[in-house]
Amino acid sequence: MMAGTMASSPVTAPVSARGYGTGALGRLGASLARLMRDPSTGFAVIVVAILLLTALFAPLIATHDPILVDLPNALKPPSGANWFGTDELGRDIFSRIVYGSRITLFIIVLVSIIVGPLGLIVGATSGYFGGWVDTVMMRITDIFLSFPSLILCLAFVAALGAGLENAIVAIALTSWPPIARLARAETLTFRNADYISASRMQGASTLRIIGKSIIPMCIPSVLVRITLSMASVILTAAGLGFLGLGAQPPLPEWGAMIATGRNYMLDSWWLVTFPGLTILLVSLAFNLLGDGLRDALDPKKH
Amino acid sequence: MNATNLQAFARQAATILVTLIGLLALTFCIGRLMPVDPVRAIVGEEADKATYEMVYERLGMDKPVYQQFLRYVGDIATGDFGTSVRTGKPVIEDIGRVLPATIELATIAILCGAGLGIPLGILAAVRRNRPTDHIIRFLTLLGHSMPIFWTGMIGLIIFYAALGWVGGGGRLSDYNVGLIDEPTGFLLIDALLAGDWEVFWDGVNHLILPASILGYSSMAYITRMTRSFMLDQLNQEYIVTARVKGLSTARTIWRHAFANIRVQLVTIVALAYGGLLEGAVLIETVFSWPGFGQYMTNNMLVGDMNAVMTCVLIVGVIFIALNLLSDLLYKIFDPRTR
Repeated sequence: MMAGTMASSPVTAPVSARGYGTGALGRLGASLARLMRDPSTGFAVIVVAILLLTALFAPLIATHDPILVDLPNALKPPSGANWFGTDELGRDIFSRIVYGSRITLFIIVLVSIIVGPLGLIVGATSGYFGGWVDTVMMRITDIFLSFPSLILCLAFVAALGAGLENAIVAIALTSWPPIARLARAETLTFRNADYISASRMQGASTLRIIGKSIIPMCIPSVLVRITLSMASVILTAAGLGFLGLGAQPPLPEWGAMIATGRNYMLDSWWLVTFPGLTILLVSLAFNLLGDGLRDALDPKKH
Repeated sequence: MNATNLQAFARQAATILVTLIGLLALTFCIGRLMPVDPVRAIVGEEADKATYEMVYERLGMDKPVYQQFLRYVGDIATGDFGTSVRTGKPVIEDIGRVLPATIELATIAILCGAGLGIPLGILAAVRRNRPTDHIIRFLTLLGHSMPIFWTGMIGLIIFYAALGWVGGGGRLSDYNVGLIDEPTGFLLIDALLAGDWEVFWDGVNHLILPASILGYSSMAYITRMTRSFMLDQLNQEYIVTARVKGLSTARTIWRHAFANIRVQLVTIVALAYGGLLEGAVLIETVFSWPGFGQYMTNNMLVGDMNAVMTCVLIVGVIFIALNLLSDLLYKIFDPRTR
């Protein structure tokens, strides 16, 4: 259960920070206990926990300095000294992957912090007001949705310039629309509820109703949606890194590591294999976790 | 066509128009945001101030932004997509040259993806919660979670470098390039037209790995959706009735349940085809495939503004067209919407 609490902390943080949502938090805690009983979700929670711990304690776990160039030791296959071998500059691949987890986590957390509130505000406003506000906002959302996200990301990064921060902005710009759609749909289901009318009659401002009565209600399902989209965020970030538009060398970003490894892959397979396996494992874990969370929080589904 | 139909048609046309204008606004913004000075890109670093001013005015850069946007929309409407700074040719001509390579790749990929994905999805639904279902679900999950560019490289390491079963990067081996005329741009068709079997098989040899890896990712999506559509059908009463009536399992599944999900599957396959464009960008880079994806990324890396804007626009238009097409097919295939 320790692992479960660890894994949930980044997801639930915004809820508790707002100060209301203890109900949602309690529900989520109970759900997590149930989640751990499902083997594949349990596996996912453990992988995510390992990712968090690795990022946190990277200097303790890494066996070498991730950016220390050691040319005599270049392109060495996996061995006792270098578990995953060394790259073209003699850097230890295992240590680079360990430090790379910090970059991955940085991307996930930042994207979630931007996308969650943005999607919630757009969706809740759109759903609460209805009418032309809704029409205009949803049209804009649809235009974003009519693109495959990676292509739009590429275009934004091309416009903003390559780099880790711009890649994060681009990913965030392309991943808010599904969240907004979801928040809007949720808002529509309870915008005419009695408790909303009650607070309106008490004289609460529109801003207050949206912020205090509507958005907190959307948070649990939005959190599930964000968890589900994390796998694709990781894959997009790695893809951008691979194309040379995301994190730049010498940052040990997994996608960028694969891009440099590509030049040596036919003779030195370990350069691309291990970072790729790590991406696969982490995105698999987030996919499983998202599926598990959805099943746990949504009793209607199957 | 009656009044309701006409109204629905008008509404759809208006929606498409608004979406298209939104798309243009988006690409226009991206063009404006790009850290490249369009005038400098044309006149070069050495040009004097007078030349600079002249091009500056010719491009309409001195006008207010909304006029520039109108001008951009007007240019696009008359089929003028601008010139690529990198290749010096009209962008649309460049794209026409590289697009067949991508379409060829994506078509073979979707054939693999749908051909395997639909039967697997049905099998998983019929064998729900049994080992077969678990294995299929694991395979689809793996397809969802793989970084496709990495899968491509692992494929090259195993099947090209180690086993030598398939060709490496590019559409043909070096010694076969330029041997045949390319009237259509689709290599396999051109090779057949020329009657050159050696080139044809070399082309197949190079196509098979990137296409099956792309196909795997769309198979994952198609299988998952087929399974969930099929489960919805299998839970309904008419299936029980059909079984009670004494129909065989196979007949129940194919003649009854499958007939009802065909329409939804068409939509899914159309969307998956569009999604392949995304994978193509990465796969083409890995396999040095001279297609649309590679053209787009190369231009992004050097900041060739006109080319980037047009590529994004074309992807958007392809997506809108695919959505429309699936709507249309839905109406044709689904008896209830007639």
